[in-house]
Amino acid sequence: MATKDTLQIELQFSGGMELLFDNQKTIQADVPAFFPIVTKDTDTNQQERHAATIRDLIAWTSIELLKERPELFIGDDGSVRAGILVLINGADWELEGELEYELQDKDEIVFISTLHGG
Amino acid sequence: MNTSNSTHSSAKSDSSTSVEPLEQRVRRLEQEKVALEQQIEALRLEQALWNRSTLAADLPKEAPLDPLPKVEKLSNLEIARYGRQLILPNFGIQGQMDLRNCAMLVVGAGGLGASCALYLGGAGVGRLGIVDHDTVDISNLHRQIIHNESRQGMPKAESAAISVRMLNPLCQVIVHNLVLDSSNAQPIINAYDIVIDATDNAATRYLLNDACVLGGKPLVSGSALRFDGQLTTYNYRGGPCYRCLFPTPPPAETVTNCSDGGVLGVVPGTIGCLQALEAIKIATRMNEHDPPTMTLFSANSSTMFRTIKLRKRKPDCIVCGDSPTIDKLIDYVQFCGSSATDKTPDLFLIPFQERLTCKAYKSIYDRRTPHVLLDVREKVQFDICSLPSSINIPLKNLPEHIDEIKDQLGPQQDRPVYVVCRRGNDSQPAVKILQEYGITRGEIKDIVGGLEKWSDQIDPDFPKY
Ligand SMILES: [Zn+2]
Repeated sequence: MATKDTLQIELQFSGGMELLFDNQKTIQADVPAFFPIVTKDTDTNQQERHAATIRDLIAWTSIELLKERPELFIGDDGSVRAGILVLINGADWELEGELEYELQDKDEIVFISTLHGG
Repeated sequence: MNTSNSTHSSAKSDSSTSVEPLEQRVRRLEQEKVALEQQIEALRLEQALWNRSTLAADLPKEAPLDPLPKVEKLSNLEIARYGRQLILPNFGIQGQMDLRNCAMLVVGAGGLGASCALYLGGAGVGRLGIVDHDTVDISNLHRQIIHNESRQGMPKAESAAISVRMLNPLCQVIVHNLVLDSSNAQPIINAYDIVIDATDNAATRYLLNDACVLGGKPLVSGSALRFDGQLTTYNYRGGPCYRCLFPTPPPAETVTNCSDGGVLGVVPGTIGCLQALEAIKIATRMNEHDPPTMTLFSANSSTMFRTIKLRKRKPDCIVCGDSPTIDKLIDYVQFCGSSATDKTPDLFLIPFQERLTCKAYKSIYDRRTPHVLLDVREKVQFDICSLPSSINIPLKNLPEHIDEIKDQLGPQQDRPVYVVCRRGNDSQPAVKILQEYGITRGEIKDIVGGLEKWSDQIDPDFPKY
């Protein structure tokens, strides 16, 4: 089976996250299937690459899709900021390996901002 | 009996043509009389409770927190009232007894607490505590339907208690008219079996979480904003606590309250109902082996409800983990960097003397000094009300619309620019942005207190929302 260059990922935003993405609650995204491994010596053309993880997806999303105020989406450590829960195919991402989860084609990833109002 | 009746039936039907309709009417009038008397009684009760609550001196400072006396069986009155629940399979008399012997605490008598407390009271919870420090305001009533127009200014905890007592006098309601904080929360939490988080701010949510973990109480947490709601039970049967999910509080600037973000009334009402349901399920041990979940409600999505599977309790959680470092309540306002109310704090980005008061702007306006008045609220708010001749560019769109302001600056590009918003918070970063772009040779100032102050000090006919 040939490996694809991109993965089809359905991104969803809720709890106010959608406001950062032009009010879109769902985005069908073609996410690179591989990301370069950042090493100190960058002399190579044939850079090492690794399969895309949630960590890569967060960085990619904030560069490619985010419309405003990245600090409301991404934290200093490359994860999402405090107060955002991530779901991988309908389950808490903690159950799937959090940042290190390797994306699969047709995955559904949801970013939920916790609400505090009442 | 049946046979003797049948022998008389023919004789009876002869006379019934004239008597029976009259008898029916009498019965109907008697029923109406009873209904009206009950209404009078309810109004008297409301009046009496209202009078009592306005005489604060009569009220005990500390609500009684003795354990709820348990009962062994239901009275006939209770059986009549709860009959429709009693005949439910998997609920029945045992379920009703469990509710009757349960003490629940609803923290927050706002949009979530309104529907939650009414349903819990109606369902027959033995003791219902209600915590709130705020008073009823007209802007609450579109969603906080436990209060009403005539109770404006009344403490919300009192008003909610009156409504629950009117609905079901069998439910013992305890009023906690106070701000829950680390100095008073633990003994109150400990006095109840199940706690419902119906609050409106991050600091109180962490406070309740820690107090419930330390007191070993399940916490049914709900929240709502705009068209969205969320529901989770924390600290229950091996499931996570709030900190397991959210170890770090969100940055204060990412937290939006209902007063700034808006909320459709029925959205917190829906979540409050679900909180009541979850609390009843816990009290009656219904579905007690279900894995921990979070339910997401999105009123304007095609899929309105969605339930997701949550992690279990985290062994490294600092409050509910295997070796917790939090063994008593901390300062949650400091921890969250935000206050324990949903009121928007005033921002002080620009020194007061570099800003305009409403009065100062009024005289500029009256003298017809040429200037640009820039309103940086969102368009949906600008459409509700605005000052004449103001132009609307929302704060977040300001950088890309600078040219629209330049067009208004006159031939010398030197007209002053005055910035206004709802409360005088967003206008300050707007001034900073305009200064960065160096758009005018004139001055750039914002109006202290915004349009709310304008309404208070200058023009009482200007609407507040
Ligand atoms: Zn925990």
